[in-house]
Amino acid sequence: MTIDKIRVRVDAIEQVAPLIREFQLVPVDGELMPFSPGSHVIVEMPDQPRSHRNAYSLLSEPRDAACYRIAVRLQEHSRGGSRFMHEQVKVGDELAITPPANLFAPNWGARKHLLIAGGVGITPFMSYLPALQRVGAGFELHYLFRSKQTGAYRQQLASELGERCYLYDADEGIRCDLGELLGDQPRGTHIYICGPQTLIAGVQEVAQALGWPTSHIHFEAFAAPQPGYPFEVELNSSGRTLAVDGDTSLLEALEDAGIAVPSLCRGGVCGQCKTRVVAGEPDHRDQFLTADERAEGNCIMPCVSRAAGKRLVLDL
Amino acid sequence: MRMSPKPIQSFRGDFTYSNSPGAIARFPFPFPEDEYMYSVNIEPHVTPGPEGSVFEFLFDIDEHYLSEMHERDLVLKENPKRCLAMPHMDQACWDLIERAMTSLSTDYPQHFTLQREGDSWTWENKLLNLKDSFTFGDSSTLPLPPMEYIGRQLQGDIALLDQRDGDLFLDAGIVTCPADWSLAFDAGMSFKEWHGPVPMAHGMGIFDRALKYLCAIPQGRPVRRLNWTLTINARMDTSPETYSEWGADRLSVTPENVADKVHLRVELQVLDRMSRSNALMFSIRTYLISLRDLSTNPEWAKRMHRVMKDLKPELIEYKGLTRYHPMVVEWLSQFDPAN
Repeated sequence: MTIDKIRVRVDAIEQVAPLIREFQLVPVDGELMPFSPGSHVIVEMPDQPRSHRNAYSLLSEPRDAACYRIAVRLQEHSRGGSRFMHEQVKVGDELAITPPANLFAPNWGARKHLLIAGGVGITPFMSYLPALQRVGAGFELHYLFRSKQTGAYRQQLASELGERCYLYDADEGIRCDLGELLGDQPRGTHIYICGPQTLIAGVQEVAQALGWPTSHIHFEAFAAPQPGYPFEVELNSSGRTLAVDGDTSLLEALEDAGIAVPSLCRGGVCGQCKTRVVAGEPDHRDQFLTADERAEGNCIMPCVSRAAGKRLVLDL
Repeated sequence: MRMSPKPIQSFRGDFTYSNSPGAIARFPFPFPEDEYMYSVNIEPHVTPGPEGSVFEFLFDIDEHYLSEMHERDLVLKENPKRCLAMPHMDQACWDLIERAMTSLSTDYPQHFTLQREGDSWTWENKLLNLKDSFTFGDSSTLPLPPMEYIGRQLQGDIALLDQRDGDLFLDAGIVTCPADWSLAFDAGMSFKEWHGPVPMAHGMGIFDRALKYLCAIPQGRPVRRLNWTLTINARMDTSPETYSEWGADRLSVTPENVADKVHLRVELQVLDRMSRSNALMFSIRTYLISLRDLSTNPEWAKRMHRVMKDLKPELIEYKGLTRYHPMVVEWLSQFDPAN
């Protein structure tokens, strides 16, 4: 059966780090589905004046279809989503989520899995760990955080994983030497990074200098649209014009106007929301379109990209 | 109208396969326009689809069920390599078992039942007189390896594609009714490798776009497309392994027998994300209809003539129609006097 949305109820909320809250979600009716390690869901938040849709990794045991767990970091410059989750959502509230999707799965052919987490980037690895342990895979977790803000689950991870868990608390002055870490791995190791863009770029740079094949490096950025200048968008079929303010993404503006655009990652990665541009110059911020497609200038990923000028005309 | 399975007919030898009027009415005629263009033509496989249509459910069970399962048994006995699963695909095979059993028992409760208590499952297939109890996820508790066990109960070929490094790999499957491709040959290949032979498509960037799209298919949102070719006689197994048995059939087409010998072969291809493994299921459900049966629908007959008449030479060659294509066009022209 086709499943677009799953109604869930918030069964418990727990503060797992100074800025991170964990939410346990149980199905309102029926069952949830098992998922693969690294999967995420989109959570729809019925805020006013407009709703939010954010992607969160599932951090529960992937075989457990009774309950999903997600963790939300309160973002300093929240566009509304993380603030809503922290300040508005209470135990017993209902939310809608999408079925799980996975853009960050483990490569099971790896000889060893090197997991590098930054802050709330620990979340996808929480679902990796039971699966890696189940098949007896070789792995190490390197967890970088600031204990005054993040560092969720670190005691639990340290006690469960023992010497396979390495903690780096920047607030205690403990840093990870990426050169040393990457330079000392057996061949066939795959690296997985989830964290801020600076961490991903840092690992990539070191890996490249050491000659790692790019096919062995996997990453998932905190995919959130960044604000920009306001602009107008015209819909080619109806001539209707919408205003997109600086804090709203183009995709959100379209959805708020009742225009259905398929979407999945909402972070410029998956390609589902690709839309044709009839006129105007896009400001491409996605990781999906190739250089050639960008040069052609006739499509845009509205989840993260915006107008370079004051106006875009879309084939919608 | 929903289709009840009928007694076994043959897809070889005497070719007793036939379509009832109900099966003709629900045939997935693949041409939406008078001209055929190669395209990705993928659309959401929203289920339940129109009642009684081949699009109603995730797995279509029709009047040919027993015939196709019998044919599959014959092929597997001749060549066990038509079913394979690499060791890392075990979890994906169990995902397929779960998806198939939960779908079939919900969609066709008169034919299939599933009882679950935790990991203790009991599955009954009344059409094949099977009743098995097993431990979900434990392959040693099944009478056959998981891919073969479930594959012998599903119409159509099934491939399970492992997804890694932004690519898809053909690492498991059961393929006994292919349109001239070989599982054993393509096993382990990446998406672009096994699409290597398609003419005209590479330059169009079709495969790059399709691959990105397929890798992002989420759970609960399967997609589908139709593909087609022509087949001589109602032969399901047109594989490279058995080419010596069917290759020469093309020489047997004459203006007198073209309407009964030549069949439109349509594949309903469905892609569905598996839960635990993140593998992509690729099911290829094959429907065969003779030109004579097809022509009972005047709209189809007219359009089929136009599509065949204007088919590009590269595609005539690729689909292996060269020998008898003119006879097909000539016979169909009677239904399209304006052209």
